[in-house]
Amino acid sequence: MSLSEVKQGTAGQETLPSLSIDLWHHRHVLDLDDFTREEIDLVFEIADGMVEVLSRDVKKLPTLRGKTIATMFFEPSTRTRASFELAAKYLGADTVGLDAVRSSVAKGESLIDSLRTLQALEVDAIIIRHPCSGAPYIAAEHLETSIINAGDGCHAHPSQGLLDMYTLRRKLGDLKGCRIVIVGDIMHSRVARSNIWGTRGLGIKLVLCAPPALMPHGMAAMLEKCGLQHVSIEPDINNALQDADVVMPLRLQKERQQSGLIASIREYIRLYQVNNERLKRAQPGVIVMHPGPINEGIEVSRDVAYSSYSVIEQQVTNGVAVRMALLYLIAGGKSR
Amino acid sequence: MSASVILIKNVHLIDPSQSFSKAIDVLISGGIIKKIGKDLSDASARIIDADGLIGCPGFIDLHCHLRQPGFEHKETIASGSAAACRGGFTTICCMPNTNPALDNAGAIDYVMKTAASEAPQVNVLPVGCITKARAGKEIVEMSELAGAGCVAFSDDGSPVSSSRLMSLAMENAAGLGLPIIDHCEDLDLSEGGQLHDGWVAARLGMKGIPSAAEESAVARDIALAELTGARLHITHVSTRGAVELIRNARLKGLPLTADVTPHHLTLTEERVISRPDHAGAPLAYDTNAKVNPPLRTASDIEALILGLNDGTIDAIATDHAPHADEDKLCEFEIAASGISGFDTALGVLLTFLDGKIALDTLVACLTSGPARVLGIGASGAGTLKTSSPADMVLIDTKKVWMVEADAMLSKGKNTPYLGQQLKGMVAATLHRGELVYAGVPERISR
Repeated sequence: MSLSEVKQGTAGQETLPSLSIDLWHHRHVLDLDDFTREEIDLVFEIADGMVEVLSRDVKKLPTLRGKTIATMFFEPSTRTRASFELAAKYLGADTVGLDAVRSSVAKGESLIDSLRTLQALEVDAIIIRHPCSGAPYIAAEHLETSIINAGDGCHAHPSQGLLDMYTLRRKLGDLKGCRIVIVGDIMHSRVARSNIWGTRGLGIKLVLCAPPALMPHGMAAMLEKCGLQHVSIEPDINNALQDADVVMPLRLQKERQQSGLIASIREYIRLYQVNNERLKRAQPGVIVMHPGPINEGIEVSRDVAYSSYSVIEQQVTNGVAVRMALLYLIAGGKSR
Repeated sequence: MSASVILIKNVHLIDPSQSFSKAIDVLISGGIIKKIGKDLSDASARIIDADGLIGCPGFIDLHCHLRQPGFEHKETIASGSAAACRGGFTTICCMPNTNPALDNAGAIDYVMKTAASEAPQVNVLPVGCITKARAGKEIVEMSELAGAGCVAFSDDGSPVSSSRLMSLAMENAAGLGLPIIDHCEDLDLSEGGQLHDGWVAARLGMKGIPSAAEESAVARDIALAELTGARLHITHVSTRGAVELIRNARLKGLPLTADVTPHHLTLTEERVISRPDHAGAPLAYDTNAKVNPPLRTASDIEALILGLNDGTIDAIATDHAPHADEDKLCEFEIAASGISGFDTALGVLLTFLDGKIALDTLVACLTSGPARVLGIGASGAGTLKTSSPADMVLIDTKKVWMVEADAMLSKGKNTPYLGQQLKGMVAATLHRGELVYAGVPERISR
């Protein structure tokens, strides 16, 4: 199946891709820091076709027929895993899931050995989720098989970063001048880190807002070192939300209180919850996003999470489309 | 005693213990330095043509891990000593984090006896634990350990958290006249930390180890040393703040000493993220750069170099911490901490500190400095005075070489300098008058 077939519109006329697949240079998808603007546009363009496919009654494409995609999840996940597995299945690939939380690790097998076994099983790509930052990088260094990072520790979640920007692109069109505010546990958020890279070069202003203990000490220095001038740090949520076009509250893990990083859930809600009262400062029609799963009534009030501003459910649908695009590019787009 | 008679000709001798730095001949016989002078001759001697080489006392390492007993897959007393010998070290102090830990006289005795039979090319001086099993709960029988031959006390990587226990240990050590060597780390503050708490930690999404974790522990130790009168030695100083605390304490006249490692003097946190041999590759997450204390910043390096130059820091110690491949070929957050240091120490110092620290100072920090810390100068360690044991190293400062895992003598190939070109190498090592390593056979007669 060709790219143009994927992009065939509902009316039946073919919309030829405006971007060449030759723009794609990735064997692995580890993070968005090494994505070019053109590569991101290419992913989005292919995702447009996939969104159309997802709206059909029969969603299955033959694009990756005969290919096998493995998921290897070293930490519990239902949403991201289901999203990737469905993406692979809609493209016609076979999937094999290894619940690494329980299997190999319990037997003392090393990460590299576990992955080498999968490689020897001749899978075409390995989607890996791991509680340790950098684990997919070790995999990419030691394996020939393509690696897709489905979340590593507190480091990166590139498909989430892509689906966030894709959702906004579909909603708002051009993102130039857009003020996006991420609120919450930046310290432990791989979503925030991937969005820092994913928003680069789009004319977006990204604001990071976190309680003092949940912002890494080195964040300002990192932004400077890495030339990420479009990102700023604003500890005061009211200042952060001023004129915001988009707000993304992050999930607050309950154990942050046990480790003393926040005084109490109650205080967190009082100081950092995204709710209607606070959103009055934002632009009218402010868009609310969330990487999920939501702690309703903690980082975001229920009425905001399910308001007309919320694109949280579109994020989930678009997530499948973006992951289909990534799998298409990694496992099917070019012969390697 | 030894039968070897060795005459080293035209060596540029640097012996900081006697402020000596000139080209001269050295005659070694009976295991000791027999004579130093111009145009010496001895018909029975093997001649080493040392023209163009630096000669200095054998290096003394205050901090290494030989892993035996318990972790012989990482290193043994024999393999570690062989690497030390080729690195120019003739006296090495091994840390007690073995299994079982060196917390009783029998364990100290085991290390001493094993070293005597399997590592004749170096003096192995064991450091005993401060607390039983390094658990921080109960002080060891310090006088028994001292009687068995331990030269200092340390719980190394598991520093004593209880200030009360530490002060008691210091009092006991002071009574025995031995130093306490402390790895200064507030474990509560550093918990879960993987690398320096700076921009790279933020970039990689890993918990940082703040400089304050070291500095608060140094400050406490200084207060306790003042309270107890103990000889306190702060090992592997890594932060600017720690250097300043030590400098101020020394100005007050406290019997405080300190060492720093070659890696903390030459590498920053950025080494974790970028590997010199993989330019343009994605983020490295290089576990060979994972070490505790972590590699810090350029500002810290500047302070450490100043500390060496102004005498705040007495010694350079390797913290040679060999690990097996599987301890490092894994996720960064579960990888073992430590750098294998014997094979590269001298080359790293000569290559990266050229122009920043004078050669005489570097040699002092590897010889007379650590001898002073241990209080073993009087027995002839770290000096080439006539009649001292002939522990000596010859250095070719111009030799260019590449760090390669296969060529390392340590079992631990875990070094961030792999693939690095270094300038400066040990040409020969002599221990008790015997040639125990000869890298330049063409310069040696017979």
